[in-house]
Amino acid sequence: MTIITRRTALKLGAAGLALPLASSLAFAQDGPLKIGFVNVGPKDDNGWTYGHWVGAQALEEEFGDQVEITFVESVPEGPDCERVLRELAQQGNKIIFATSFGFGDYVIKVAREFPDVIFEHATGYQRSDNVGTYNARFHEGRAVMGTLAGHLSKTNNIGYIGTFPIPEVVMGINAFTLAARKVNPEITVNVVWLSSWHDPAKESDATRALIDQGADIISQHSDGPAALQVAEERGIIGGFGQGADMSAFAPNAHLSAIIDVWAPHYIQVVKDVQAGNWVSDDSWPGIAAGEVVIGPYNEKIPAEVVEAAEAVKNGIVDGSLHPFTGPIVDNTGTERAAAGETIDDAGLWAMDWYVEGVKA
Amino acid sequence: MDLLIPIIFTLIGASTPILIAALGELVVEKSGVLNLGVEGMMLIGAVVAFAVTYTSGNPWLAIGCAALAAAASSMIFAFLTLTLSASQVATGLALTIFGTGFSALFGQGYTGRPIDIFRSVFPAELASHPIWRLIFGHSPLVYFSLILVFAVWFFLNKTRAGLILRAVGENDFSAHSIGYSVIGVRYAAVAFGGAMAGIAGSCFPLLLTPQWAEKLTAGRGWIALALVVFAAWRPFRLLAGAYLFGLVMTIELYTKASGSMGLLPSEFWAALPYLATIIVLVLISLRRSGHSAAPACLGKPFMPGQ
Repeated sequence: MTIITRRTALKLGAAGLALPLASSLAFAQDGPLKIGFVNVGPKDDNGWTYGHWVGAQALEEEFGDQVEITFVESVPEGPDCERVLRELAQQGNKIIFATSFGFGDYVIKVAREFPDVIFEHATGYQRSDNVGTYNARFHEGRAVMGTLAGHLSKTNNIGYIGTFPIPEVVMGINAFTLAARKVNPEITVNVVWLSSWHDPAKESDATRALIDQGADIISQHSDGPAALQVAEERGIIGGFGQGADMSAFAPNAHLSAIIDVWAPHYIQVVKDVQAGNWVSDDSWPGIAAGEVVIGPYNEKIPAEVVEAAEAVKNGIVDGSLHPFTGPIVDNTGTERAAAGETIDDAGLWAMDWYVEGVKA
Repeated sequence: MDLLIPIIFTLIGASTPILIAALGELVVEKSGVLNLGVEGMMLIGAVVAFAVTYTSGNPWLAIGCAALAAAASSMIFAFLTLTLSASQVATGLALTIFGTGFSALFGQGYTGRPIDIFRSVFPAELASHPIWRLIFGHSPLVYFSLILVFAVWFFLNKTRAGLILRAVGENDFSAHSIGYSVIGVRYAAVAFGGAMAGIAGSCFPLLLTPQWAEKLTAGRGWIALALVVFAAWRPFRLLAGAYLFGLVMTIELYTKASGSMGLLPSEFWAALPYLATIIVLVLISLRRSGHSAAPACLGKPFMPGQ
């Protein structure tokens, strides 16, 4: 696998300028299937980009010499990513995975210039003939974490570090809170919005503020381990890894984690492309497909609590449990789903309200 | 009231890097140079401090290396603007871009690795009571920032060297004609500002959040630059300004965390620190009644040959 960092990005640029024609001819022949990844962060960020890095490695394990992978790190969302996407396409990559929401507009634009290249955009919503989208049902993992929190909290006060109040984040908060209150109806979840995806210093201060006001468990949507580090330092019950197992940062406070596993989707896409039956669609699998994995449980969690969490997880896998099955009442008292009724995917993606118990 | 001490504690932490960087920039601007590269130099300081702490485990060494590395980067700026008379605004912005890129490149191997927070050097028993904790419970970087306020004030107002530095910033030709090296003084001021920005950067991994992540400073270098204007180039007013800003940022988080934001949307709270800055700037400019507190030669290149 070729890993392209800022260090080697210049070489990629030079090669892209020098060989646009030669490369497109060269790779029209039978050779390994060239696959490119464009990522917003470094592969060792212990979070989002690391998840895709593991997915890319899984492709190499699965297909060996049949694939040739270029993994480009730390590409800012903006004109730079358009340049990188175009260069990867020019160099004969047949599948390009763009793994950040903000790449979307550029993916659509470049995809129009390269109709023979297949683009797959993570967490996006814009599709075309050669652009598909994919995401994972992280809220299913949130329901498992919420079950743990509901059992473990002693103050009934749980803090939640939110980033931006968009449906994906709101869905997570609601799934977490519903699951926690199913176990313990006294639970309240206080959300602190950061208005930022990435500000570890502010994440830490927000965590301090939540703990100072009685929160004994912290959940966060921000990728880094900043909140967990404060939880560890303060000695509260704990928090959860987001996107990856973050126990290295907080061995005592790390209760469990939602781990992103993209390998099943990546392998399926490559198989579809090899068989010639890839079509543009939106892929949104969850725990059952192995795309959302629950991290190891902290040893200090009592066995019956782990069992309860596993029961939620298994219920989601066999389909007997949906995190958004009614009765669901929002925090203004309005009924959002009657008993037994389930909110469908369209309803989930339009979620701009909070369930009872959330203070946001 | 139980919350008062935690709030003060958090606000002091949040203010400290801004205060140190702003004090450095205050000295630079007093010498007549405008260096907009603070954010970039802070990032260089942050990544160097992390790397040195991670490899050596010695935070003191880390702070020293952060100061040296950022001061070295400020010398690129000094050479371009002071020796070659390049535009200070453009070069400063370039320094920020350079610092952002350099720190991302240098920090690649360090993302996602933990280090220890640089804790108070006083014995833990001293800080056990909440009130005593306010005095003895801080990171050495916090005490350093407070000493620095006094040191900068003393240097500028009570020492001969400070007088010369102010003279260079107010009237470079006069200072030159009576035999002072304008360029030399400005080099020294820029190096000091760089070193302070580096130490300010080291506050991020050592005081606020013990990790390295790209763009860790998240724009706080720009707040430091604004604070210098906000404080009308006075060290003690800078202290008050930094803590006021820290208070607004902290109150925002504590109010949200209490779940009692009332009718105000979260976006309002996020905008509040900036709103407060604007209001105070307007108040200051009203009080100054047309007289500018800025050093007269701020941002102007000095070319003695003319």
